[in-house]
Amino acid sequence: MSAEKWVNPVVKAVPPSGIRQFFDIVNEIEGAVSLGVGEPDFVTPWRMREAAIWSLEQGETHYTSNWGTPELRGAIAQYLRTRFALEYNPAREILVTIGASEGIDLALRTILRPGDEVLIPDPSYVSYAPCVMLAGGVPVGVRTGADEGFRMVPQAVRDALTPRSRAIILPYPNNPTGAVMERADLAALSEAVAEADLAVISDEIYGELTYTGDRHVSIAELPGMRERTILLSGFSKSFAMTGWRLGYACGPDEIMAAMVKIHQYTALCAPIMAQRAALEGLRFGLTDDFSEVASMRRSYNRRRRVIVEAFNKMGLPCFEPLGAFYAFPCIRPTGMTSQQFCETLLREQKLALVPGTAFGPSGEGFVRASYAYSMGVIQEAMARLRAFLADHGVAP
Amino acid sequence: MTYLKNEILEILLEDSRTTPAQMAVMLGVSEKEIESAVSELEKDRVIVKYNTMIDRDKTDESLVEALIEVRVTPQRDRGFDEIARRIYRFPEVRSVYLMSGGYDLMVLTEGKTLKQVAFFVAEKLSTIEGVISTATHFVLKKYKDDGVVFDEESDNRLAVTP
Repeated sequence: MSAEKWVNPVVKAVPPSGIRQFFDIVNEIEGAVSLGVGEPDFVTPWRMREAAIWSLEQGETHYTSNWGTPELRGAIAQYLRTRFALEYNPAREILVTIGASEGIDLALRTILRPGDEVLIPDPSYVSYAPCVMLAGGVPVGVRTGADEGFRMVPQAVRDALTPRSRAIILPYPNNPTGAVMERADLAALSEAVAEADLAVISDEIYGELTYTGDRHVSIAELPGMRERTILLSGFSKSFAMTGWRLGYACGPDEIMAAMVKIHQYTALCAPIMAQRAALEGLRFGLTDDFSEVASMRRSYNRRRRVIVEAFNKMGLPCFEPLGAFYAFPCIRPTGMTSQQFCETLLREQKLALVPGTAFGPSGEGFVRASYAYSMGVIQEAMARLRAFLADHGVAP
Repeated sequence: MTYLKNEILEILLEDSRTTPAQMAVMLGVSEKEIESAVSELEKDRVIVKYNTMIDRDKTDESLVEALIEVRVTPQRDRGFDEIARRIYRFPEVRSVYLMSGGYDLMVLTEGKTLKQVAFFVAEKLSTIEGVISTATHFVLKKYKDDGVVFDEESDNRLAVTP
């Protein structure tokens, strides 16, 4: 008798992660250079690590409030106000989560009824569609393309609407494309959202990393949007804290009261030492205008310009990504599919890029290259890629 | 100083071999703009010198470094400058700083052997007129120098993550 009969068909229907499969291939190749990671190359600032160590030494090893420590929620509220002109009440509208990932799951489970449809830009981060399925909903991909700079345009959203449409996920700045939605884009989109009466799950985990010259704008800032928006963010990208697993969700108190119910029964609270570290980062950042974040952003911006220019010069057209730390060049000139391209590149030049299709069918013809690497690694990767293209007859 | 100049300094501090062409790409400006900003920085002596950071422990050449606290009697009209000049002209002196606190001048010096440094202190430094006392501290190990950690943590991220 197979134990497989115990596996819920919904879980069985969730496809395995394309990233995971690719990781297994990369891991077997020695001397591979990878531009495949989705996390900063910086280590969490020492000030924050030291605060966590101190906290452990003080014996702070217990549960915190389900919502997260009051100090951290207060600091998050102040941070959102000063950086993004957002007002959330730290007592009832901010929930500290185990990474923004938990926030995605909580938000979807809170708002979805069986069979509800959720609009998701395609391509985008790998978790949304599976989490929608696990919450009993139906993911509906909304194609975005290089022509629109991978932004979500109102018409594409209107075309995807059905009577079952319940929510839209808005992950900008975007992983894997590096696309951003600026204020005008959001204003146009918010009309379509309001017409269709959709809830918005705005994943703004890369909100500190934009290169437009202006700060990131949250859709929650736009008229009529706050009351239907769940804002998700965290410390992983802006404070290089991926392994700590710490994020937060903000929204109207009626929604948050429902979300905290799921959180208290499934997670109870986020790890206290991570909360202490994050608090230190926010408190110090608020006193010096987040200079450490600014310094990381300057460094990413330089690498971004180098990698985008390199792709375009070698004959792989790359639109200008204005956020996060990814470039998403088009590999169609090689005549290969994304999967073929990445596997052949890895075999022949020992360079790992991630196939665009790992992020949805509209990623076909593209690959994701992370520039969260030192300039030396990026230069080496570009040299290998140039050699690969020369071998396959792609001229600049 | 302009934003561009600050960015250039940040890049050169990280790697002084970065070419104007590379910096132009990194900063999204023309190579000419970079070149003229750099030559202004050089002319104004903001950029004083391009040098190389070496981990001496990994070379064959042995080097003894010492930090010497020097207390002096300042001179009328010239303060500490005259004595500082007498000290920094010795080639074995790498740095001289005027300090606040318990002593006046901090002298960083190097020599091939411990004896060489000791001789310098005993015969040259402490005999300079106006020097009241010296206290010599030898450097045993350098953990971090000019913002660079010698045993840097390596990249231990997984090769591919979402």
